[in-house]
Amino acid sequence: MTTLKTTPLHAAHQRAGAKLVDFAGWEMPLHYGSQMEEHKRVRDSAGMFDVSHMQVVDIHGPQAQAFLRYLLANDVAKLKTEGRALYSCMLNEAGGVIDDLIIYWTGGDTYRAVVNAATAEGDIAHMQTVVQGFNARVEPRPEFALIAIQGPQAVEKTLPLLPADLRSAGDLKPFSAVWNNKWFVARTGYTGEDGFEVMLPAEEADGLWEKLKDVGVHPIGLGARDTLRLEAGMNLYGTDMDDQTNPLTANLGWTIALKDAERDFIGRAPIEQSKAEGVKERMVGLVLDGRGVLRGGTRIETEAGDGVVTSGSFSPSLGVSVAFARIPAGVEAEQLHADIRGRKLPVRVVKPVFVRNGEPQIELPGAG
Amino acid sequence: MSEAPKDLKYTKSHEWVRSEADGSVTVGITDHAQELLGDLVFVEAPEAGSNIDAGTACATVESVKAASDIYAPISGEVTAVNEDLADSPEKVNESPFEDGWLFKVKPSDAGQMDALMDADAYAAHVEAES
Repeated sequence: MTTLKTTPLHAAHQRAGAKLVDFAGWEMPLHYGSQMEEHKRVRDSAGMFDVSHMQVVDIHGPQAQAFLRYLLANDVAKLKTEGRALYSCMLNEAGGVIDDLIIYWTGGDTYRAVVNAATAEGDIAHMQTVVQGFNARVEPRPEFALIAIQGPQAVEKTLPLLPADLRSAGDLKPFSAVWNNKWFVARTGYTGEDGFEVMLPAEEADGLWEKLKDVGVHPIGLGARDTLRLEAGMNLYGTDMDDQTNPLTANLGWTIALKDAERDFIGRAPIEQSKAEGVKERMVGLVLDGRGVLRGGTRIETEAGDGVVTSGSFSPSLGVSVAFARIPAGVEAEQLHADIRGRKLPVRVVKPVFVRNGEPQIELPGAG
Repeated sequence: MSEAPKDLKYTKSHEWVRSEADGSVTVGITDHAQELLGDLVFVEAPEAGSNIDAGTACATVESVKAASDIYAPISGEVTAVNEDLADSPEKVNESPFEDGWLFKVKPSDAGQMDALMDADAYAAHVEAES
């Protein structure tokens, strides 16, 4: 038996009666009773997530920017203000997605990345290999705990609990951060709601968690994290894309910065080639208005051949099933059919964003 | 700990069966089953008047997490389905042995009840599975 890794908040999850599961080698909370209630709490008020299994990696040195401009498909040269961040893919030589991440410019020649738990080890190994050619260093920071607080009340409930010198976090624009020598507070998240992601020393995590609980911020498990991000139209690595996926077929084209023709980055050539030739698939959003739930792997019938659901679930906010699906590129039909255990159910094709800031982004049956 | 009332019979696939005074039986899923499934969002029960065969899939319950088949614990004719579940599938989570019942059957062979487990045997089965 392999021993699962645990985060600094493991005892807190046990105290709260969490259903703990193996997630990428980490013992993490799936839910604390009801995934559905947790989902709704985040949309209606505020919830907190232990995301300490994600890995913080600092990059610094005279050529840190040059290294990251070569390593990442998005262009860190766009980061003009200290503390600003951008979302990027890290591609392999074939243009497949090694991981997706958020990268912050923390001033001067320093940057901070946050990468996925499941891919962290491979990511860091890849970064260490690529950085050899640059005068820069890649430094994993496993000592941090990460807590995401999300929802319409997340900011007001969290601000008073932050160190005094970080209360300016209340004025942060999305995708920016403030920090001191111990804490790092970013206005980011994975739910489509306002909120923070807070990095702090492991030994202080339990204290913040309990204080948040005392002001009515409920713990939220990975189950609701998945339905929240799906509704928000955010991809999940390993499900919606992996190292075999052309990011242009996973709704990630907007994250690939080709504007600066002088900039070489890993995966640029194959991406430019597939752009020139035209991709054969695209990712769309689907809504099933009838009874049934679209799931990863559900077959989607189109006139140009089969597509497949990459992420699908019942949407607790909308009361219907929603999904991302990869379908043949030429298909323009507004309605397709999903094969759910042999039954062919009509599904609507929509933009793959279903809920933002608590508001439905799609038309619902029976609504105005 | 999930409960398993003593007056019910159970299947290995986590359905429960209650003998009613009129000779029919009521079928549902156990507390353990609803706990494994998580929040239910749809229940597709067999139609009233249809015949079901013991051991074969006759209904589907779908949770946020997964779809799961319900196996007929006993053969017979479906006499009623719990209509409340169409709008309130969460009743199965909240009250699996009472308000969350799925359907009622008029058994074609009441002797099939003897093949089902009692509460103690079911508890041991759950223990062995986990």
